Amino acid sequence: CHAAIIKMDLKKKKKKKLYWAHIWMHGTPSICQLRLILYILHVCSVISRFTPEILRKGIHGDTMTENGCEYRERVLTMDTMNPNVKRVEYAVRGPIVQRAVQIERELKMGIKKPFTEVIRANIGDCHAMGQKPITFFRQVLALCSYPDLLEDGKFPEDAKSRARRILQACGGGSLGAYSTSQGIEMIRQDIARYIERRDGGITCDPDNIYLSTGASDAIVTMLKLLVSGEGMSRTGVMISIPQYPLYSATLAELGAVQISYYLDEDNCWSLDISELRRALQEAKKHCSPRALCIINPGNPTGQVQSRQCIEGVIRFAAAEKLFLMADEVYQDNVYADGCKFHSFKKVLFEMGLEYSEKVELASFHSTSKCYMGECGFRGGYMEVVNLDPEVKVQLTKLVSVRLCPPVPGQALLDVVVNPPQPDEPSYDTFIKERTDTLATLAEKANMTQEILNQVPGIKCNPVQGAMYTFPRIHLPPKAILEAKEKEQTPDMFYCMKLLEETGICLVPGSGFGQRDGTYHFRMTILPPKEKLKIVLAKIKEFHQHFMAQYS
Amino acid sequence: VKGPSVEKCGQMRFITAEAKASAGRLEGKLREKTLTLDTLNPQVKAVEYAVRGPIVIKAGEIERYLEEGGTKPFSEVIKANIGDAHAMGQKPITFLRQVVALCTFPELMDSPSFPEDAKRRARRILQGCGGHSLGSYSASPGVECIRKDIAAYIEQRDEGVPSDWENVYLTTGASDGIMTILRLLVSGKDSSRTGVMIPIPQYPLYSAAISEMDAVQVNYYLDEDNCWALDINELHRSYQAAKQHCQPRVICIINPGNPTGQVQSKKCIEEVLHFAYEENLFVMSDEVYQDNVYAPDCQFHSFKKVLYEMGPEYFNSVELVSFHSTSKGYTGECGFRGGYMEVINMDPEVKAQMVKLLSVRLCPPLAGQAAMDVIVNPPQPEEHTFKQFHQEKSSVLGALAEKAKLTEKILNAVPGIKCNPVQGAMYAFPRIFIPPKAVEEAKALGMQPDMLYCLRLLEETGICVVPGSGFGQKDGTYHFRMTILPSIEKLKVLLGKVRDFHIGFLKEYSGLE
Repeated sequence: CHAAIIKMDLKKKKKKKLYWAHIWMHGTPSICQLRLILYILHVCSVISRFTPEILRKGIHGDTMTENGCEYRERVLTMDTMNPNVKRVEYAVRGPIVQRAVQIERELKMGIKKPFTEVIRANIGDCHAMGQKPITFFRQVLALCSYPDLLEDGKFPEDAKSRARRILQACGGGSLGAYSTSQGIEMIRQDIARYIERRDGGITCDPDNIYLSTGASDAIVTMLKLLVSGEGMSRTGVMISIPQYPLYSATLAELGAVQISYYLDEDNCWSLDISELRRALQEAKKHCSPRALCIINPGNPTGQVQSRQCIEGVIRFAAAEKLFLMADEVYQDNVYADGCKFHSFKKVLFEMGLEYSEKVELASFHSTSKCYMGECGFRGGYMEVVNLDPEVKVQLTKLVSVRLCPPVPGQALLDVVVNPPQPDEPSYDTFIKERTDTLATLAEKANMTQEILNQVPGIKCNPVQGAMYTFPRIHLPPKAILEAKEKEQTPDMFYCMKLLEETGICLVPGSGFGQRDGTYHFRMTILPPKEKLKIVLAKIKEFHQHFMAQYS
Repeated sequence: VKGPSVEKCGQMRFITAEAKASAGRLEGKLREKTLTLDTLNPQVKAVEYAVRGPIVIKAGEIERYLEEGGTKPFSEVIKANIGDAHAMGQKPITFLRQVVALCTFPELMDSPSFPEDAKRRARRILQGCGGHSLGSYSASPGVECIRKDIAAYIEQRDEGVPSDWENVYLTTGASDGIMTILRLLVSGKDSSRTGVMIPIPQYPLYSAAISEMDAVQVNYYLDEDNCWALDINELHRSYQAAKQHCQPRVICIINPGNPTGQVQSKKCIEEVLHFAYEENLFVMSDEVYQDNVYAPDCQFHSFKKVLYEMGPEYFNSVELVSFHSTSKGYTGECGFRGGYMEVINMDPEVKAQMVKLLSVRLCPPLAGQAAMDVIVNPPQPEEHTFKQFHQEKSSVLGALAEKAKLTEKILNAVPGIKCNPVQGAMYAFPRIFIPPKAVEEAKALGMQPDMLYCLRLLEETGICVVPGSGFGQKDGTYHFRMTILPSIEKLKVLLGKVRDFHIGFLKEYSGLE
């Protein structure tokens, strides 16, 4: 019997069981040991369903927790988990945001702080910052959610007709049915017409539209398709630095090679083709560059690309056979005079057949930004151009595994691309709400840049578009040293201190990437004007104090 | 003659991706592309998802053909391929939709036509949302008050077994949660590569995710002769066999079963958990059909509760994730993509990694989170809306139970079809006899025999069901999955058509006239 137990234990390689084997083997156990055994047997007997086999096999244990149970190794630990997941970093919701949540809890518990609330300027979350939803959109969504309201006289006819049309396109006339994986066909048609209007009549095929769970989902899907090869032939993906960290996070998870090209900070964060070339040539030594990602208007950098620049990028992509991914979720967020949004698709098609029939392009849009700010609905779409038909079949298959994007988000997207027309009752309100939202954003973009540039040691490029400012901050060597001691990047050190002292939550530039030796932070321009003024004043004061302290 | 179109489909659509790639090359490419089948991520190529696979694409084509005035021996396509309750005419639960509408358009709070109970819930949800709007991002694990409601619901369901709200994570449908957990678990190379044990037949999300992540699929077969029960000896066999070439680290269970409809006994769950404990496996229990139990002698037992009752050494050590969703049950709200998972005994450091991973996708859709909240926090007996809610809920579940029974009965009356009782979930997965001649013909066309069968069924009757090969089955056996969701009248017609088709099919291929 003893031998059998030892054999079993060795087989299972559980050294903790040797203790029990030891007791069994060496005859008389001490009273203490007996008590322990009795206690464990008692625990077992309480649980009536132990078979004798389980008694023999499962109850041994030496590391006792307070409730008398053994502690065993976990299946899933830091050592055994997917190593690619470990490499993922996503600063926008990283450690600084986790600390902000903690501080909020501390404030709730009554712990005194030098401020009364945490202001989250870390993420482009418009409604959380007080922006009001567009009434018409929400009316249509409420009607779709609860169609009994179609009988309610308080809802305008144009909202009702949109809701009826959407519901007719849903299985069983319900938002609760799955849609096709590519998205509801009627909505894809509406999106295609919207894109045609936006691009001055360049045709758009609804079959090239894929609805998605926010733009992030579509970006991840496209990257997933593109990643292949091993070693030298592993897919490399060119992304801007600074970038939106969804890109770096996804590349890390997919085990693709990140190829960084730097935006030119001295030149309003513009994109320089020679820098693209440099990055590509270098990358070719160790991977196979196959895609180029552009964010326009820029996140976190707020620049709006000129038409000429876009042409250059397209020519480059064509020459180097790169798949283009254009993240255009901020396409309605252009504030600066003289700047205009140009879609990659439009420019591509205006460059002639040589390009428009050749360059593979995916462009992304979302309900989360622009004047809608409907992040929570996770609505979005992508348009693919020149995608290999066989690959398209694979894409459709891949998205089908997740069944479909959320249908309320699809419905919302439909209203965004199909808003009230001049002859409809909701038109005036809609236009007013939209104009107000965009005008306020423009004003805040201007104000942010102005106030920050007045602070010695902060230099801020104009916020031409999008929703963020990404100012460069000068950090004194002493502060950099202290950060190193704390094993933090200097800008993380700065932002943490800012958070602890003022309650303002920003994201350090290191989370987006920046040239070595430069430091930045990203803040949104979304807080209401009055609050934004206070935030900026507090940052100013903090920065001056910080400089004084560390110089 | 329907033959040619089936044949064409067989050649054009249902051959493997590799074969298709070479077909593409033969046609000759005009332009070289960056992204082609040759350069595509090979793991993506390997993914297969039958529930929305070729047969569904074909059904879509036929539907369009009919819409454009084309003629077929039937007037409409009946999609019995997917558990899409509302598309099959099931009505949403009024209360749930009222709350979602109130959250979406809070001006309705002033409307007297909405009950106070619904308003109270909507207010509470909105208070948990940034800027009191469904349009703001939530925290990546979900809205805090909804996570708390879910934890309270689980505690109640499990008769007091504690549930910590911080272990609850909202997801974009259950699929999203399942993918996330698998992503964490997959690692290693060659013989140390993560093996994932899944039942056969399985819901193809699992096999698709495993292919995409390049993990090793470890099959354990359910016992068809025994109502699709899970046999612990089969788990041992499968585990030992897999250990030769990979490292099995996780076992997935679907209970009630999809596509097989069995409801696991408590004893069986204990055995599975004990097995997982002994072999050090991470347990993933897909419990999205937990409210869909029809057989009078069956009851849903949650893995978590059973684990608790097995005692602290189990409850404190076995790593378990269970999944739930808004899409099934009595609500059938698939389009909202709501769901949650509860994670037990996960390494705290790994949990931090998981939260990081979830944060990259920002958050699950808020409308789906709101719908989930209503499901875990439904009207109570003292509330005004209770009566209507309760009546709607029991009428949906009652109808499903009736349809489960009806389906089994009618199918079992057909010679050459054998159907286990539909104890739960939303599907029947009958075994069909396919004559050798038909098997041969299918092989000649390069397709699975049950694919041939289902394609013929679709072409001749307009009924879209999914071939068993998409879910996995023992070699030499053939099945299809159909939902029991169509309305009773429609279901009767549908089953009658399936019967006639099957008899005709047998005659045609057995040479009996």
